[in-house]
Amino acid sequence: MSEFTSGTLTAKNIHLSFGSNHVLRGIDLHVEKGTTASVIGPSGSGKSTLLRVMNRLIEPQRGDILLDGRSVLQDNPDELRQRIGMVFQQFNLFPHKTVVENVALALRKLRKMPKDQAHAEALTQLDLVGLKHKAEARPSNLSGGQQQRVAIARALAMKPEVMFFDEATSALDPELVKGVLALMADLAKGGMTMVVVTHEMGFSRNVSDTVTFMDGGVVVETGPPEQLFTDPRTDRLKGFLSDVL
Amino acid sequence: MDALEQLIKTFFDWEAMGAVVPSMLTVGLPNTLLLAVSSGVLGCILGMVLAVMAISRNPVLRWLSRIYTDVFRGVPAIVTILLIGIGLGPIVRQLTGSTNPFPLGILALTLMAAAYIGEIFRSGIQSVEKGQLEASRALGFGYSASMRLVVIPQGIRRVLPALVNQFISLIKDSSLIYLLGLLSSQREIFRIGNDAAANSGNLSPLIAAAALYLVLTIPLTHLVNFIDNRLRTGRPEKKEPDELAAVVGKGAQA
Repeated sequence: MSEFTSGTLTAKNIHLSFGSNHVLRGIDLHVEKGTTASVIGPSGSGKSTLLRVMNRLIEPQRGDILLDGRSVLQDNPDELRQRIGMVFQQFNLFPHKTVVENVALALRKLRKMPKDQAHAEALTQLDLVGLKHKAEARPSNLSGGQQQRVAIARALAMKPEVMFFDEATSALDPELVKGVLALMADLAKGGMTMVVVTHEMGFSRNVSDTVTFMDGGVVVETGPPEQLFTDPRTDRLKGFLSDVL
Repeated sequence: MDALEQLIKTFFDWEAMGAVVPSMLTVGLPNTLLLAVSSGVLGCILGMVLAVMAISRNPVLRWLSRIYTDVFRGVPAIVTILLIGIGLGPIVRQLTGSTNPFPLGILALTLMAAAYIGEIFRSGIQSVEKGQLEASRALGFGYSASMRLVVIPQGIRRVLPALVNQFISLIKDSSLIYLLGLLSSQREIFRIGNDAAANSGNLSPLIAAAALYLVLTIPLTHLVNFIDNRLRTGRPEKKEPDELAAVVGKGAQA
């Protein structure tokens, strides 16, 4: 994978409630440029919500989000999201468009590329994820693993400074997980700044530079993977690890 | 046997039918299609506006759409056609000098169709998974661009069968325009059959009208089934050469 122009992402004291449900209770997360932070924790701990707050799909009620040291809360949220790629558990490819159109859509409409150029650029991205030969297929005719790789290509086509992965392999059949994780590891090695919400402890341990353990809307522990996985300091993390490993 | 002959004579007098078919095809059919197609197209446009209003975050727009839909779905077609067609007639005459009942007839049919089509579009749009809007927003598209490029096109596809059904209704309801008073050249299929039946005291021309309506509507109902099937199973995939060649190495592509 080629080098990326990635950015440093920081979330400061993020708070969010849905009614009386206090989902995020003062989250701090710092992801240094070109590094991969994985976020682990039990279901309902607020991991996926945190991702959506950091690209402002959901606006935080308190706190700040910084990209390369500058607050982005005053920016146009649509423009912020063009700088942050996101990959979803359910792939969310556009089923009414072909694979190459899925990748080219934002290039054409947001980057205002002419159709031919967007198409060519989309094919380049598809080639990087090994699916150029599926360019004219419909997403529904692809395996889950292939769909997720197209989704990654779609996000990468916008040349994002940061990539978010929201349980990107949780909906995949076991035999398809490996290919997607390998692609994510390649991106990490290529210097992309990544925030990876995951249940794949192997990936978290082997690929990420920092691991953050969330539970109940707070960051319980954060640090390098070897420390969190071999020497967890809190009972909550110990309990979680003994449940999932 | 007299009774049976009487019945056959009343409904299946081939001569009476034959006499009415030419004008039915050259005058009635074009007029019926003009009414149904134009109000269908306009109804789709207005219906889409109503659907987008109905799912808007603005409560005033939601309410306006709700009230409109309730009123025009809840009033019998004949009442709407008479109120619009007769009621607005003098104003149109003053403004344009035209006494042609078609514009107001089309307006009445459009207003009614839009209420139904709006609900069809709304249900289609709302059936699109939330993740589609989210994925589009995550790419950097705004709300309206996301709706326009991603959500609404998928929603429309899902309700195409219901939309065709609505068009079938329009073909039938367009017959009610006769209430507005039609010149000889403005008559649609039903009115031509009805006039001939009234003149001859024989119902066969109406059977001919019914047959012509069926010729229009039955293919459409089958089109509905075809679209429905196609949407369910997807269109048959065209195999690309390298896809066929790639079967051998398929394991590597998972």
